[in-house]
Amino acid sequence: MDTQKQLDDFQKRIDNGEKIEPKDWMPERYRKQLIRMMSQHAHSEIVGMLPEGNWITRVPSLKRKMVLLAKVQDEAGHGLYLYSGTETLGVTRKELIEDYIYGNAKYSSIFNYPTLTYADICVIGWLVDGAAIVNQTMLAKSSYGPYARANLRICKEESFHKKQGYEMLAKMANGTPEQRKMAQDAVNRWWWPTLMMFGPHDSDSPNSAELIKWGVKTKTNDELRRHFVDRTVMEAEAIGITLPDPELSYNEETGHWDFGAIPWDEFWSVVKGDGPMNLERIKARKIAYEEGEWVRKAAKEYARKRKLEKAS
Amino acid sequence: MSTFDTIPQTRQEALVEVLLRLADDRLILGHRLSEWAGHGPELEEDLALANIALDMIGHASALYEYAAKLDNKPDEDYFAYFRDDIDFKNIALAELPRGDFAFTIARQFLFSLFSYFLYKDLIEIVEDEQFNGMLQKHFKEIKYHLRHSREWVLRLGDGTDESKSRIQNAFDNIWMYTGEMFEIDEPFKAAIEHNLYTKVAKWQSEWRTFVNSTLTEATLTVPDYEQYMFTGARSGRHTEYLGHLLAQMQFLRRSYPDAEWK
Amino acid sequence: MTESSTNTTEWPLWEVFYQPSDGKPFEHAGSVHAPDAEMALLNARDTYARRNEGIAIWVVPSDQITASSPEDRGAFFDPANDKAYRHPQFYSVPRAVKKRK
Repeated sequence: MDTQKQLDDFQKRIDNGEKIEPKDWMPERYRKQLIRMMSQHAHSEIVGMLPEGNWITRVPSLKRKMVLLAKVQDEAGHGLYLYSGTETLGVTRKELIEDYIYGNAKYSSIFNYPTLTYADICVIGWLVDGAAIVNQTMLAKSSYGPYARANLRICKEESFHKKQGYEMLAKMANGTPEQRKMAQDAVNRWWWPTLMMFGPHDSDSPNSAELIKWGVKTKTNDELRRHFVDRTVMEAEAIGITLPDPELSYNEETGHWDFGAIPWDEFWSVVKGDGPMNLERIKARKIAYEEGEWVRKAAKEYARKRKLEKAS
Repeated sequence: MSTFDTIPQTRQEALVEVLLRLADDRLILGHRLSEWAGHGPELEEDLALANIALDMIGHASALYEYAAKLDNKPDEDYFAYFRDDIDFKNIALAELPRGDFAFTIARQFLFSLFSYFLYKDLIEIVEDEQFNGMLQKHFKEIKYHLRHSREWVLRLGDGTDESKSRIQNAFDNIWMYTGEMFEIDEPFKAAIEHNLYTKVAKWQSEWRTFVNSTLTEATLTVPDYEQYMFTGARSGRHTEYLGHLLAQMQFLRRSYPDAEWK
Repeated sequence: MTESSTNTTEWPLWEVFYQPSDGKPFEHAGSVHAPDAEMALLNARDTYARRNEGIAIWVVPSDQITASSPEDRGAFFDPANDKAYRHPQFYSVPRAVKKRK
């Protein structure tokens, strides 16, 4: 059991802005919460490769094809950094992966929506990565050293993800009638799911207060969401895209944009597994994992044989 | 000789032909590798395969760009998106479906090794500065592709029984598509005249020695070099696979050719 | 290698260090999983040098790293705090010399 003295000392370190490192003492609950949060983040990067990967072979120019491939590759890298960070807490990557393939570990629900047209790829860059950057910029200041460092590296690499999406979407929004239609349609479909990425309202977010107390997060879901909306409204306007929310209006008093009610029923239903692509996403990852088994085994066996040779 | 083939008459025509042949090989094989993104056997390998795919598509793009300039075409995308399968000049080896990881590795190893010898040789021969510059730049990456695929041939060959049988099967099945790499047809002959291509037979035995020693080290059986070899893809006689690959790759660009997509 | 990692197909963990440029000390980049040293090197390259981050890489099996423990923090590092004579700021330099720099 964690003693009160240990908990107090730990809290003092957090309040002083110190970073917690893997070998430091930490409350069991802090460790658990971090494993949950970091692995969810890692799973999201990995599952996030699928909706975008869906378009790699169909991108309409070589330049954009390379951009997309590089971006999907970065996501594998980000998943890798995050799994490594999580492993410092005493779990293995295998356990973590099997937890979401066979268990019920969660990942960001946004990736349970399909990418129907190429404009979806642009919108994922602009909105989904834009939202992820808001979140990850905060997490780069997280109290847990390995998590903060992983996010710092991710943020550095990810700024191009948003930029390329916004740039190409701008071209489509100002392009031919067909391109404009695809662009607007993609925004219509991705807008609300993107706002849900920040998680439930603070009043419905049981973990939030604790994560903030421990400095894992430094801002609440609603604060981050508001920051994102404020920024995105202007960006949409600049390229002639309409955000699908008739209630969106500037609030002189608060200095922020007010927005309509988020369809939380949909959010919870997708989180619980009933989304358009939930089954497909898990199936694809499961196939990759199971079909990779013989490869991982072979390499390990080869290494074992070489070691034996060396020893004899 | 295929229906449309014309032998390049000038140095410039020969150069365009060589650029397109090299580029088509790389685009199509890069496309196959890119199909792994998100589906690799381990995260680290997902990154590695995507890296190689990116290199190859990048090489193709640079070669196309130069060909477009010489041939008065709008840009590199013209060649990738607006030609039909019978106009593509890649060897069939590149277009075969992705297969399992063993097939991917076997193909990559044979192709990277061929590219290694080819580029090394061309760097010595090609006088065209821009072309030679690309060859030198891409050669560095090819060396890495070769190292990566060779290491995996060893691990799969001398790994478990399952991996061994998978990679052995892969080599056995792909062997009949290796002959095209060493073919010298009329367009290549014309290019050789202008020091834009090389007599690949010069180092074919070296290529084989390297293949043999790697496969032997991997405890694999080297397939018979003197078997039936597929031919004709360079002049448009492809397998059925290419049409489907192109249908996917080109559909959006061709549906809206006047739109801006770059 | 621990018992459990030999029993599963999971590859061991390696720590990756890279040298950002010529003459610079190596820095810790992160870690990768790999079946052996050669693959660890390749994986480290593909993971941590995608943007020209370095010119050389070291990989070390994670379980071969010996680290000081948090309890050592005081004993290891505090004593250096009062040894001002180890730091160049401890010494004064004549004004004329400073100007010439």
